[in-house]
Order: sequence, then structure tokens, then C-alpha cells
Amino acid sequence: MEIAVTWIGESPEPDGLLRATATHLQRALGASAAVVPAAGRPSGALDPRRRQHSSTAILRWLQARVEAAGKVVAVTDADLFIPVLTFVYGEAQLGGPAAVVSIARLRDARAAALTASRLAKEAVHEAGHLFGLVHCGEERCAMRRSASVHDVDVKGGLLCAGCRLRLDEARAAGGATEEAT
Amino acid sequence: MSDHKARILVVDDEEIVRESLAGWLAKDGYSVGTAADGPAALEALRAEGWPILVVDLKMPGMDGLEVLERVKADRPETTVVLMTAYATVDTAVKAMKHGAYDYLIKPFDPEELSLMMAKIAEQQSVLRENALLRRALKREYRFRDLVTRSRGMQSVFDLARTAARTSSTILIFGESGTGKEVLARAIHAESGRRGPFVAVSCAALTETLLESELFGYEKGAFTGAGARTRGKFEAADRGTLFLDEIGDVSPKLQMDLLRVLEERRFCRVGGTDPIAVDVRVVAATNRNLREAVREGRFREDLYYRLNVIPITLPPLRERKEDIPLLVDHLLEVLGSEMGRRLEGVSAAAMTRITAHDWPGNVRELRNVLERAAVVSSGPILQPGDLGLDAEPGPVPGAAASLEDVERHHIAAVLDSASGNVSRAARILDIDRVTLYHKIAKYGLRRDRTAEAEPMKK
Repeated sequence: MEIAVTWIGESPEPDGLLRATATHLQRALGASAAVVPAAGRPSGALDPRRRQHSSTAILRWLQARVEAAGKVVAVTDADLFIPVLTFVYGEAQLGGPAAVVSIARLRDARAAALTASRLAKEAVHEAGHLFGLVHCGEERCAMRRSASVHDVDVKGGLLCAGCRLRLDEARAAGGATEEAT
Repeated sequence: MSDHKARILVVDDEEIVRESLAGWLAKDGYSVGTAADGPAALEALRAEGWPILVVDLKMPGMDGLEVLERVKADRPETTVVLMTAYATVDTAVKAMKHGAYDYLIKPFDPEELSLMMAKIAEQQSVLRENALLRRALKREYRFRDLVTRSRGMQSVFDLARTAARTSSTILIFGESGTGKEVLARAIHAESGRRGPFVAVSCAALTETLLESELFGYEKGAFTGAGARTRGKFEAADRGTLFLDEIGDVSPKLQMDLLRVLEERRFCRVGGTDPIAVDVRVVAATNRNLREAVREGRFREDLYYRLNVIPITLPPLRERKEDIPLLVDHLLEVLGSEMGRRLEGVSAAAMTRITAHDWPGNVRELRNVLERAAVVSSGPILQPGDLGLDAEPGPVPGAAASLEDVERHHIAAVLDSASGNVSRAARILDIDRVTLYHKIAKYGLRRDRTAEAEPMKK
């Protein structure tokens, strides 16, 4: 399994949300993905003044727990921020092992399916960063940067041909390194 | 996005800010570096030349404003964005006045940051294009390895270009270090003559040595002449023979040279068979040959035979407008010779260079830059790297105007503060704005300052 999908939210995981996300990651990236139980919940990430969680602190917590050569996409219901920005939907270590996505701003109270679809897109986006992909200008590509929920809804959940090619190259190079070591 | 590769340096004392902001920008496709404080940022800038800086205002030690000021003094083309959690109108105004591109109040919108960086990257690419255009323009100012924008030198180039296409003898006048041999080589390269360029320094050899050097010798011509040897005239057949310091040639050799120039043939030392050669002669001297003729030290007939096309290279102090262009050109040459990136000289160093009188002309300038490149730790050479003595100012009490004294004093203080306007203002006990006015008034900095004005509306 290349990508572990795990719930680190405060409330219980919404029914089947992670399984759907793992399935979509597998389809969009061609990488094996599975839901695994969390090894606890990150502490110390909450900024009481902002009442938001530091995504960078969560990534550090995740990185210390991720299995060797594995990648983890954690999902949370906490609102995330990085110090200089008002909020982020998620954060990933570019070319690294850990990513986090928040459903706090993606959630649609009336349509659970819409929440799941938005999460799937942002999970692909952050997982793409784990494989070294940067933001893409293609309108429908999941690697397009989203500044609003509207942006998330407009883009697709899959990679454009260019990003797909770069992903395949990155995975081939990563595989070769693993074999060599 | 991923197609722009602009480089951004993030400067913040908080590790989590550096890490998260650098990560965010990297995902937008930028190449990102980080520095934990002001001195580290300035060092990174010197060593790696970052075009865009995002700097936190509040840092212990050197704060963001001081970083901004030092960056703008040395590399005015750098774009600096300041970030702060505590916005006051006062600091914002100060930041913009000191040439900050913009001012971000933390926390800012992800979209705001991405749009701002994209806009800066686009402006930077326009600046890069301008630099390319400037380089193309520089080619207009070139004659092979010589560069100029002075009108006097342009007409020298025009004359040299025209003369190159003929086979007439050329006589180059000019002080030591003005580039007489470089011009001779350029003329040869432009002439289309297929033979080699051969240079002889007439002052370096005794009369007999110079004679055999020029004309060659037959076996047994003198003690030690073990085999027939070709001289420089033969070596330069179908090419160009450069006779440097022609004013130092002895009377006997003057006659020999006159004969070759008239008959286009000569005999080797100890030989009797005349050898015909097709040689274009370019001679050069730093002496006043006409005076030497008047005093009987130089043959008049040889003088007229050499002086078919006279070209005079002006000393560097008479073409000071060429200094920035020459500095660029020489750093390019030195950089490729030394295998390192030399981007230019700081504004303060340029002030020092233009103030110098350059008695050794372009050669001295090249030597000074070479020394500076060796001792400098970054791609931008600083005043201290040059090893030039401080500009001699008017002696106290001498008959100098108050403005002259003020100009020299400000230049000296700026130098001692390594071009840091803030520090210089403190030493001079005047405010920075007044100092900027005076710097502009006395033209103490390069005209690039104009480009450093805030680009924001």
C-alpha cells in the first residue's frame, strides 16, 4: 500500500467518507490506497487565539508516525491554517511523506456526497504534492490551486495529462530508488 | 504556476513560518530558499542573488526595514515584500518609502499571496527581458573586445573598422593600458587577413635581439645561431604584425623597418636573399612621436610611413561615461575566465570606481576588478573588495567650495558605512531623506537608483 488514509478529526469519522476517499485516490493516482486507523490525535496543533489548527504542526506529528517509504493523507474536521495565511484546505510536504486535508470548510450540510467529492479532489491535490507535483494551470486538473469552495467545485478530481505524466515519472524514479536501496 | 521558476527567499526568525511559507510557495512552482535572520538573508543574497525577498518586519537584531534598506542600497532591482502581524500606518509608509514592493499583514489570504507573487514574477521576467535588450544594445557599443558608449571612442571604432579592411599601416597612440594591443587585435580580426596576429614589444629587447627577433637569422650569422630561424615578419606573413612601443626602436632598426615598409621585403640577419612578405603593420606608442621627430630621435620618413592611418585611444579619465559599461564587460570576461558568477559591483563600489582617476587606464581597471573578484565572497563586488584608497578629498582649509567638501565628506561616510544610507545618515546626524536628496544632488550613486523607486501605484 502506497498511501494510508487516516482520520484524525475530533468528532467520529463521517460514515464511509475515508473509504470513498481512498478509492478515489487509487483511481486518480493509480497508487494503492487504504484506510488505516489513526495512531492517536495530534496534540499541540491548536492555536487558541486563532481557534484553528496549525497544519504544519500536524504534518510534523504525522511525519513522526508514518511508516518507512509510505505516504499518509490524514483527514480532519479541524479548521487549518499556516501562520501567515488566514486558512488552508490542506497542506502537504512537497515530495515528502505526510499530508493533511480538512473538511471544515469543504463540508456541505445538505449534501454529504458533495462533501465527499470536494474532499476527494483536495486529497488527490495534497497527495499529488507528496509525489512532487506542483500547482497546475489547467482548469480541470486536481492540481489547480483552490482559493474558495467554488474553485474546488469547478475543478475536476483527476490529474491532467501533463501532471499524470509527471506523476508517473516521479513514481518510476521513486520505485527505482527503493529497489536500489 | 509550474511554468514560472522565479526564485524567492523567505526571511523570518520563526521556523514554522519559514517552513510553511516556503512550502506554500514551492507548491506554486517557485524555487524557494529561507533565511532565519537579516544577516543570513544578506549573505544569501550576496552569494546566490535572490531576485524576490519576502521578509518579516519584526526580527531580533536586524529588523525587516533594515534588511530592506541594505538590499535596496546594494541591489536596487531586488523586489522586497514585508510581512508583519502588527500593522501601523507609520511602518507601512516607511516600508514603501524605502522601496518595498508591498506590505502584507499577517495572516493574509492564500489567494492574495499567490496573486502578488505571480505579479512580481511577471515583472521580474520583464526586467530580465530588459537586461537582455540592454545586452543586445551593448553589442552596438562594441568593436570586438572593446566596448564604449562615448562618442569619441565610437568614432575611433568607425575609423578602425574602415581601416581594418585596407592593408594600410596603422599607428595607434595612447597611454599605457588604454588597449592599444586589444585594438590592434580587433583590427586584425576584422581585416579578414588569413595569416596570424603576431605581437612584438620593441622596448623589451636590445637592438641586436630585436633585429633577429623581427627578421630572423641564417645559420652562423652570429655566435649561437645554430640553425636558420624565421623572424616575426615571416611569421606574420598574410597576417598582422603589431609593433608595440615603436618609439623605443634604435636608429639602425628604424632604418631597417623603413626599408621593409617601403619594399615589403627584407633579408634575415646574416643572409643575402631578400624575402618578400605580405604583412599588415600596426604600430603603437605611448610617446609623442612628432616631438621625437623634432628632437631627431625618430626618423621623420619612418614616422610618415607608419602614420598612414593614425588612431588615438583616449585615456579612461576622458571617457568616464564608459566605466559602468567597461565594468560590466570586464566582469563578464573575468567571470568566464575564473569560472564564477560575477553580477556587478555595488552602488557604493561604483561610486568609488568612478571617482578614481585611473592613471593605468582600462588595464588598471581590469586588475582592480580581478583583485576584487578574487577577494569578494559574493557575486556583487563591494567597495572594500576593490583595494582602492579612499577618494582624496579637498584638504581642509584648501580653496574648495562648500559643496565640494560636502560631496567628498558624504562619499567618504557612505563608503565607510558600506553604502548603508541609514548608518551614514546617523554618522552625519541628518535624516535619511535629506541624505537621499544629497546623494541624488551629487550623483553619488548609479542612475539605477531611479529604477529602485517603489513600483506600487
